Amino acid sequence: MMKLIISFLCGLLFGMGLYISQMVNPQKVINFLDIAGNWDASLIFVMGAGLLVFSLGYFLVIKKRTRPIFDNNFFILQRKLIDKNLILGAVFFGTGWGLTGICPGPAVANILTFEPKIFVFIIMMLMGMFVARSTLKATASIEEFTCDEENCEV
Amino acid sequence: MTEFTPLSSLLGGALLGLASLLFLLLNGRIAGISSIISGSFRALNRTPQWRWCFLLGLALSPLALAIFDYQNISSIEITWPLTITGGFLVGFGSYLGSGCTSGHGICGIGRLSPRSIVSTCVFMLVAIAVVFISKHLL
Repeated sequence: MMKLIISFLCGLLFGMGLYISQMVNPQKVINFLDIAGNWDASLIFVMGAGLLVFSLGYFLVIKKRTRPIFDNNFFILQRKLIDKNLILGAVFFGTGWGLTGICPGPAVANILTFEPKIFVFIIMMLMGMFVARSTLKATASIEEFTCDEENCEV
Repeated sequence: MTEFTPLSSLLGGALLGLASLLFLLLNGRIAGISSIISGSFRALNRTPQWRWCFLLGLALSPLALAIFDYQNISSIEITWPLTITGGFLVGFGSYLGSGCTSGHGICGIGRLSPRSIVSTCVFMLVAIAVVFISKHLL
């Protein structure tokens, strides 16, 4: 129960960060990516501050621990291989992000705007995930396909 | 046009980092939104409940800010074809590439993961190129 409450509060805090930094506004993101236009450098400050807080805490506190406070182990995949899927995925993701200025976090954080485009974006995003998952399952062996088991990032 | 907002960017960014840090420290989970979303649709016996809680908090966050009298100035001005194509590519790419701006961009780079550093550089450069082409060449 505690873990579920923490999940909710972390999601809430994450969303507040997205709103305060205005990263929920696709125009703000696009203006950062538009280096040849009226460039808005804000996103660098968002990422810089986020990375500073996270990495300080990670290297000073988390890395010294063997387990998190409310669970028995850290759910982190220690993958090292820079493979074709990582690069191709980043290319597709970057294209979609550049076309819309929306990534998964802001899409969810924008649900309460009741903007129809946000709902369509989320439905298409889920379809994209489903197609990618089916493609991976069809081509990769089960051993290689660890992404489904727990969080993917690493 | 949007104004350059260094102070609110730093504050908001620090909150993103703090939320990701607390999530890993307390629950042992990576706050990678694309993975949390794609994992929420798995069979119920494989613990997706915490994912729904996280996403619920994320979706309800503007209500929490409303207490502080925060005004949302978000505006969605993208065309329908771009919304549809972009949404699909974001989902497909983040699943194939095991992460997005949060998982790779903050939690991954923050742990100095080589995969995340490469991924973030690639998607940033591609997104910059896509915006350059769509805004200045087309």
